[in-house]
Amino acid sequence: MENRIQNTFQKKRILNIYLTAGYPKLADTVTIVQELVKNGVDMVEIGMPFSDPLADGPTIQNSSEIAIKNGITLDLIFEQIQEIRKTVEIPIILMGYFNQLLQFGIEQFLEKAAQVGVDSLIIPDLPIDIYQEEYKSLVEKYGLKMSFLITPQTSEERIHLIAKESRAFLYVVSSYAITGGKSEIEDYQTQYFERIKSLNIETPKLIGFGISNKETFETACQYAEGAIIGSAFIKALENSPNLKETIKEFVRNIK
Amino acid sequence: MNYTVDKKGFYGEFGGAFIPEMLHHNVEELKSCYLDIIESDEFKKEFKQLLKDYVGRPTPLYFAKRLSEKYGANIYLKREDLNHTGAHKVNNTVGQILLAKKMGKTRIIAETGAGQHGVATATVCALMNMPCIVYMGEIDIQRQAPNVARMQMLGAEVKAAISGSKTLKDATNEAIRDWIANPEDTYYLIGSVVGPHPYPDMVARFQSIISEEMQYQLEEQTGKNYPDKVIACVGGGSNAAGAFYHFLDNEKVELIAVEADGLGINTGKTAATTQIGSEGIIHGSKTYLMQNSEGQITEPHSISAGLDYPGIGPLHAHLFKSKRGTFLGATDQEALNAAFELTKLEGIIPALESAHAMAALNKIKLKNDECVVVNLSGRGDKDMETYMRVMNNGK
Ligand SMILES: Cc1ncc(COP(=O)(O)O)c(C=O)c1O
Repeated sequence: MENRIQNTFQKKRILNIYLTAGYPKLADTVTIVQELVKNGVDMVEIGMPFSDPLADGPTIQNSSEIAIKNGITLDLIFEQIQEIRKTVEIPIILMGYFNQLLQFGIEQFLEKAAQVGVDSLIIPDLPIDIYQEEYKSLVEKYGLKMSFLITPQTSEERIHLIAKESRAFLYVVSSYAITGGKSEIEDYQTQYFERIKSLNIETPKLIGFGISNKETFETACQYAEGAIIGSAFIKALENSPNLKETIKEFVRNIK
Repeated sequence: MNYTVDKKGFYGEFGGAFIPEMLHHNVEELKSCYLDIIESDEFKKEFKQLLKDYVGRPTPLYFAKRLSEKYGANIYLKREDLNHTGAHKVNNTVGQILLAKKMGKTRIIAETGAGQHGVATATVCALMNMPCIVYMGEIDIQRQAPNVARMQMLGAEVKAAISGSKTLKDATNEAIRDWIANPEDTYYLIGSVVGPHPYPDMVARFQSIISEEMQYQLEEQTGKNYPDKVIACVGGGSNAAGAFYHFLDNEKVELIAVEADGLGINTGKTAATTQIGSEGIIHGSKTYLMQNSEGQITEPHSISAGLDYPGIGPLHAHLFKSKRGTFLGATDQEALNAAFELTKLEGIIPALESAHAMAALNKIKLKNDECVVVNLSGRGDKDMETYMRVMNNGK
């Protein structure tokens, strides 16, 4: 597991694609990840659909609603990941909200995630101090790695703290926004990326939120090890008559 | 047992700030300054002045003679229905708008369900000449048209929340997202004792004027500055927090919180959070909420839009778990009956929310000389359509 994340960050221009588990159809999770890998994506972030995803924009919330209606559950997601792991070697990041873990049982969740081959977790509403005090040792016990978020407003001191606890990568939120924001990168954002780059943080960095096309991906790669694309990919799936073709097109247009 | 918030923002094991990093700065900014500002003499003076001259405080503590005769106890009504805009909500919006100004914020956002908090927010924004955006679920916009018109007349922009169930919890999500996208100039004016720390504590402090007045009003009228029982309805819990506040440490006072049972707690159409909910996180706070085994937040139901929320504030979660509070429920029908009874006996048409508190009088044992205060959180004007439907169908 150590190796999957570390090996991946030997490379540059990492493309991490977010998908919502159970969307557009319940069983599509497996196919989508397999196709992404075939087309050269370096990592995937699988979203566990939540009814009230505060950090996400309308595109991801909508896909989550549909996935929940499709009948997605955490047990099913773990089964799907187990299936994916039979053929897929790239890092799998699992993203969800803290209440989902609380109801599943934190330790059961971590154990299960590790067992099916998840490498890292993103839980945006788990505060870093509570993580350190209450959950860090458990996460480490199961060999999982956290990836935490920073934003343009995160202080330098806090960035160092968050980077230290982010054992997979540091998730650099590109703007004052929820996921699925604008398609261009503004000056204040590049200044912020510049500032983060100059901190010489050891933890690999991926830029996310508002990365939607080749141009924004390339910009992100100038300042970080790579980028995460979510809403733009979900939008592409939304109208897709043929998942395989859509995914091939989408990845080819970016990388 | 301690019933005030601790340094980390918890009431016992409930509360905290379970928020994404995108909100960290906003919440931290508020946390670092709210106490200094609202405890300052200058703030207190302005706040008290506005409550007096603009809101119309103190609200009366009214001895309800005929109600008392019927229930065989001394029943007092704390008349929050007589506040400007018709409910307790304005105590909080006056406090928060003053705070927002002192923090240098120039744009106000809020969430609303029934529209009462939205109206109270739009009102103080008009007063302070500040732009106001109110998020409201698309479904609530349809069923609360008069309050939408009020907000618009007051100059607020009402934005429809079209995600999820299109009701209060989704309006809250949208307001939080707006705050994430506008971290510099925008102040998020929350309407109840919910959300991440410091909101529950701050809103409780602003609403605590209710029990502060009760203390001296009771002293004047009964010779004792506390009652035997205080009854209040709980949506998020702000009017109850205000009515309980100064009695939290006085174990002689029984604190009775009334939730909305809707059609009944076993019907799947209910908002009785403590009865059918479980511990978890909603809107950044660890508390009780209505959810399924997957942790998905479920849809509440109540005839009263103000109680139609799938969570409760963390203070109330603590009062419930520690058993300091007595938690009861009233169904839609019981609330309607109580509303008509109060109207007939005392000539006061209550808000449907407050009618839930009145309904509790039927559910508790009362002794002859007992002193009971019911917090009448709002008036019934906004609910006339529902009341008219009942009258037209007979009862
Ligand atoms: C009159 C009245 N009472 C009670 C409530 C419920 O809110 P809370 O529990 O925060 O007092 C509302 C909310 O809209 C209300 O308008």
